Amino acid sequence: MRNPQLNDKGELQHLLTIEGLPRETLTHILDTATSFVGVTAREVKKVPLLRGKSVFNLFFENSTRTRTTFEIAAKRLSADVINLNIAVSSHTKGETLLDTVDNLSAMHADMFVVRHAESGAPHLIAGHVASHLHVVNAGDGRHAHPTQGLLDLYTIRHYKKDFTRLSVAIVGDILHSRVARSLIHALTVMGTPDVRVIGPMTLIPAGAEKLGVKVFYDLKQGLRDVDVVVMLRLQSERMRGALLPSAQEFFKYYGLTPERLALAKPDAIVMHPGPLNRGVEIDSAVADGSHAVILSQVTFGIAVRMAVMSILAGN
Amino acid sequence: MKIHIKNGRLIDPGNNLDVRADLFIAAGKVAAVGRAPAGFNANRVIDAAGLVVCPGLIDLAARLREPGYEYKATLESEMLAAAAGGVTSLACPPDTEPVLDEPGLVEMLKHRAKTLNLAHVYPVGALTVRLAGEQLTEMAELRDAGCVGFSHADVPLQDNQVLWRALQYAATFGFRVWLRPQDGYLAKDGVAHDGEVATRLGLAGIPAFAETIAIATIVETMRATGARVHLCRLSTRDGVDMVRAAKRDGLPISCDIGIHHAHLSEMDLGYFDSHCHLQPPLRSARDRDALREGLKDGTIDALCSDHTPVDEDSKLLPFAESEVGATGLELLLPLTLKWALEMKIPLVQALARITKEPARILGVDAGHLSEGHNADVCVFDAEHYGKVSVAALKSQGKNTPFLGIELPGKVCYTLLQGQVVYEAGNG
Amino acid sequence: MTPVLPDPEALCAELVLQLKPQVTADTALVGIHTGGVWLAERLHAALGIALPLGVLDISFYRDDFDKTGLHPQIKPSQIPFEVNGRNIVLVDDVLYTGRTVRGAMNELFDYGRPASISLAVLIDRGGRELPVAAEYIGARLEVPSGRMLVLDRDENGKLRLKLDA
Repeated sequence: MRNPQLNDKGELQHLLTIEGLPRETLTHILDTATSFVGVTAREVKKVPLLRGKSVFNLFFENSTRTRTTFEIAAKRLSADVINLNIAVSSHTKGETLLDTVDNLSAMHADMFVVRHAESGAPHLIAGHVASHLHVVNAGDGRHAHPTQGLLDLYTIRHYKKDFTRLSVAIVGDILHSRVARSLIHALTVMGTPDVRVIGPMTLIPAGAEKLGVKVFYDLKQGLRDVDVVVMLRLQSERMRGALLPSAQEFFKYYGLTPERLALAKPDAIVMHPGPLNRGVEIDSAVADGSHAVILSQVTFGIAVRMAVMSILAGN
Repeated sequence: MKIHIKNGRLIDPGNNLDVRADLFIAAGKVAAVGRAPAGFNANRVIDAAGLVVCPGLIDLAARLREPGYEYKATLESEMLAAAAGGVTSLACPPDTEPVLDEPGLVEMLKHRAKTLNLAHVYPVGALTVRLAGEQLTEMAELRDAGCVGFSHADVPLQDNQVLWRALQYAATFGFRVWLRPQDGYLAKDGVAHDGEVATRLGLAGIPAFAETIAIATIVETMRATGARVHLCRLSTRDGVDMVRAAKRDGLPISCDIGIHHAHLSEMDLGYFDSHCHLQPPLRSARDRDALREGLKDGTIDALCSDHTPVDEDSKLLPFAESEVGATGLELLLPLTLKWALEMKIPLVQALARITKEPARILGVDAGHLSEGHNADVCVFDAEHYGKVSVAALKSQGKNTPFLGIELPGKVCYTLLQGQVVYEAGNG
Repeated sequence: MTPVLPDPEALCAELVLQLKPQVTADTALVGIHTGGVWLAERLHAALGIALPLGVLDISFYRDDFDKTGLHPQIKPSQIPFEVNGRNIVLVDDVLYTGRTVRGAMNELFDYGRPASISLAVLIDRGGRELPVAAEYIGARLEVPSGRMLVLDRDENGKLRLKLDA
């Protein structure tokens, strides 16, 4: 089955998921992002690469944060950006997903950045649009968040350099997390030998080991000697779905406190995709402490998204 | 009308025959097998050289979409699809709109089908009123109106007290109860098999034990009531083992699987192919292999199409939002032949799964070609490979994972009570 | 007819002679990746330029992005001095259509407003498609169109010119 992300020449036409992308492609994106970090540090933060191109942010699921970073990235490439909150517009009037996409394509869009509550929605859109259009997955259900996986990868590379010597722990609601899935694929492709997921059994998906990770139910064991700790955000809905009793108990056994962090390597870094739930998955002392690189993730996130959009637009 | 089907390879699972023999039909019945009856003057001769002549196929589950879902398909289109698929008898589940819980609705459906005269339609009545799982239907009245059994379609029957009483009541009259073994709570919101593929694709999963827990409940209730039960659409290896054990214990249990589950697994979901959005979900390769073995050794009695025509728009949605089901009447024969070829099963044994065994489960006199009995016949070319295409499918449902795939078996003629109701090349 | 290629070491020395009278304490040198940077490093050392060398990768400013896409290898640009009010000497190996220089100037202007930009090139091969001219030229050379003239550097840092088909 041909990879739907690639065009006939084998170049990246869409970015839908990290799964299936070769190491060279990921490295190319990270290297390109390095140059964009330099751009965002200048006074004139723009380059003219996407001038005249229209980037449509199709957000079927609300997210001001992610939408804003994509908007900033597109504008720094000199693209025209249109924001669509489909949650409140024609979609609820009964227009199908593909009809909405067709209407917007007719408005001469060049790129769709799509966030949707259902896994597979960007794949459906990518398979449907004309061949000159590019689709970037900004998060679909619990399936994938490839730009987040890439910026997490960039952050780890920035601080730790060599993936083949690392031990990385991902903590929290793995079951529902597209961030976790994308990061796991990214790390394994880059040759990370020790990738761990840590959480209560209710939040670890079936067959997780088949993704190439070790499963830990005990945080203290799972954090031992790791180089990178990635804390996932815990959503309050999980408390209602008979998956967890309370945020308090979760924090008591799975929250990242300075004492637990001390079990990791002395120079371990702490990451979080944001927004933080202080006192639920992470202690303020850790979030504001010297190990946390959370704000760097945000800066790198813009450069990584600029890299992704430029590479796609040029293919 | 007198018909002589000559030179065919007669495969009759009902009489355990696989011979070169001619078939003679008169007044809607089989007049003779092998040698012409005295003074037989055929009005029509069909040359079946190189073709298989078998009893008309019997499909245990085909949604005809009437009453209530006519925008998806109509009785006409789906029964034409049945005839084109060589299916002369089919059972339809009660989940129509309104639900088949009243004798009047059943009679109307049977009457409509009889007028169209393309296949025998055997409605399976609802076990509870409106399939709401609370009040029993008038099963005896429904049987008199033509129901061959009672089922809860795909609606979970969660209240075990109601299940118990329903089985007791059915057992009182000797009725067979058709049940889909799936625990409603464990399957809630799930759209795929809870395993490696669902985890990778980020789809909510239905664990295998949602089926085995339900089978255990049903089997225990059978032991307590003596009711006859047919399990619809098994999907797990462990489920097959449980049925095997129950049969060994002498319980009056039978079961079927859908044609897609005999071939596909969770791997076929690929990149969120909504044509593979089925209930029960396509499970692991190990499960699929156990189903194929179970079909071979007879633990699984029958193969059915689980025909569910869906309009294409309902499939052009993100996987979890897409409508469940696949079209199947015209794929029943090809997919049975494919299974037989791959597992090297003699045709007479393979065809039993879609003729003799379903007839037994329906409790109707069909699935065999015997003198004096209905001449429901299917004549097909077992060697012919045809590509499944939107244009070729007669059903209004074009939704199948096998689109574009070449499958064996082409129906050349279908006869219903001695009348040709389908002829290949005649549209 | 394959042209005879001049010795880039000699041309480099020639450029040093041309530039020396113009260099002040405030002169800035900016090389364009990749050949222009090698040349600029040599000039920077030979001329004793005070300000650190600037390097530009113009991948983000090319005008053929829609046709050829993003270059697979991009090096970061670095301008380690204030551009506003600066007299900048832009350095490249071969001046041909002029599009590279246009991209470089656009990029420089995104860093600030220079007082002036002058251009120093090892070879001017003609074939201009834009109104761009160099003040400091090592040599003029006729190269058949369709062939690429590139600067190369061996393990010892010695510069060589090559003609690619």
